Amino acid sequence: MELYSLLREFADSWVLLFLTLFFLGVCVWAWRPGSRKTHEDIANSIFRHDQKPAAPAPQTEEA
Amino acid sequence: MWDYVKLIVLGTIAVLAAIAANFAHDLPYMVNAIVVMIAASLTFLWEIRHVGEVRLHPANEYMDGVVRAGVIATTFWGVVGFLVGVVIAFQLAFPALNLGNITDGVLNFGRLRPLHTSAVIFAFGGNALIMSSFYIVQRTSGVRLWGGNLGWFVFWGWQLMIVLAATSYVTGGTQGKEYAETVWYIDIWLTIVWVAFLLVFMGTLWRRREPHIYVANWFLLSMIITVAMLHLVNNMAIPVSILSSQSVPVFSGVQDAMTQWWYGHNAVGFFLTAGFLGMMYYFVPKQAERPVYSYKLSIIHFWALIFLYIWAGPHHLHYTALPEWAGTLGMVFSIILWMPSWGGMINGLMTLSGAWDKLRTDPIIRMMVVSIGFYGMSTFEGPMMSIKAVNSLSHYTDWTIGHVHSGALGWNGMITFGALYFLTPRLWNRESLYSLKLVSWHFWLATIGIVLYASSMWVTGIMEGLMWREVDANGFLVNAFADTVAAKFPMYVVRGLGGGMFLTGALIMAFNLWMTVRAQPARAVINANNAVPAE
Repeated sequence: MELYSLLREFADSWVLLFLTLFFLGVCVWAWRPGSRKTHEDIANSIFRHDQKPAAPAPQTEEA
Repeated sequence: MWDYVKLIVLGTIAVLAAIAANFAHDLPYMVNAIVVMIAASLTFLWEIRHVGEVRLHPANEYMDGVVRAGVIATTFWGVVGFLVGVVIAFQLAFPALNLGNITDGVLNFGRLRPLHTSAVIFAFGGNALIMSSFYIVQRTSGVRLWGGNLGWFVFWGWQLMIVLAATSYVTGGTQGKEYAETVWYIDIWLTIVWVAFLLVFMGTLWRRREPHIYVANWFLLSMIITVAMLHLVNNMAIPVSILSSQSVPVFSGVQDAMTQWWYGHNAVGFFLTAGFLGMMYYFVPKQAERPVYSYKLSIIHFWALIFLYIWAGPHHLHYTALPEWAGTLGMVFSIILWMPSWGGMINGLMTLSGAWDKLRTDPIIRMMVVSIGFYGMSTFEGPMMSIKAVNSLSHYTDWTIGHVHSGALGWNGMITFGALYFLTPRLWNRESLYSLKLVSWHFWLATIGIVLYASSMWVTGIMEGLMWREVDANGFLVNAFADTVAAKFPMYVVRGLGGGMFLTGALIMAFNLWMTVRAQPARAVINANNAVPAE
């Protein structure tokens, strides 16, 4: 089988399946239980460290 | 020691460029070699005056000098790019403006058009993306930009690329690929600068002191990586000679066309969409002083764009030698793209929920909201035009140009203006902008300008498409091509006026930003980074 046909076969079977499942996995992961608190924290990260970089000491507050 | 190595390298480049200019096979190559020689010599002079100087990179301060330079460059190239756009718009309406007899074709539409597109996309848009990336990645990571002066290399390297491209286009250098006109050696230089950009961005993310990577950085990083990939594949070519700007592309025929529009559409998708969405997801919440409406939706928005955009390119090649199934694939994915795009638009707009009153008082927020509105409008228009039946009418007409400009002027332009108004007082440590009234003037001039542009192009595009396909009772075409050109004249004038209004707005912005830095009182200084003198 020539390379093009081989890749084509891969692309519209296993790779397509993998990509679709990956995308669905992302959606499920975004809506996983307990993600709300994390997401709120990230969404508010833009309001921290506006003027100066964070202190070099390792941050102690949990995400 | 390192300083002396740099001096030797720069000196060698300057001498080699001079030799290359002497032996050049064609004009654009010679002009570019002279530009390289001048750039290397200037850098050499700068370097020799700073030998042995210790360059400080204090970890407790942000590196904002390069962002300030980015603000200036974005504003400057914006005005230049819009000006060239207005000139070529009037060249189409009044062909005498090509000045063919005087300039020997140097200022022809054919040469100024790539100058315009590259100036607005890569000079204005590119500088906006680089400066925003550098600003956003530092703030959301809580660390100084990685790589010391590498950020400055990215900035100046990018400006050199722009000057090389511009001087190449007007002297006739091109590889004939839309939005990838730059010839082979500029492509190589662009690759080097872009990889440095990637390293600076990744290095900063790597050392971040925030546990998570904020979604704006995802969009910006996907922009950097994808553009690198697109650029490398689409520009695969073998130079005719080391002393010539000419090269032979590796692909040919329909493969070449498909590669070009895979590049072309994803340049829109990742450079002009993903990158600017990164700006939206940072600057809109900051200006509204509220976190993004739904962080989950922004994650879905991101991954959906990543998975879908890359397939949409074939819709540029409907009814060509491209296989039917490839066109259908491109059309279907373009239509699916509509949904995540509108999800992102809703996410951006709803960030203002509870703060809609700001629309009345804050012209910068108004600018950002109109920008998101145009994002929504052009991501609806695009999928619609990708449908084969619609495309059979719209393709090759001015409707396409109208569509591009409602996205580019409305979405990219307006969000960049918003970012510039946001950044300037902060970067130069000023209390506020010089004049909010002038921002309102800019807002209305730009908005009305875009409306005039887009509506005149809809009218002329649809008219042109209908005239091309009109046949009489015997099946003969009714209109000659020149008939459509004559019929389009009034719309071309309106388009030029709309562009003129957009340009006037940008000039008002440049004045306003200049006066903000010059005349506004400074705020208390936090550290050396924002102790910028008021002149």
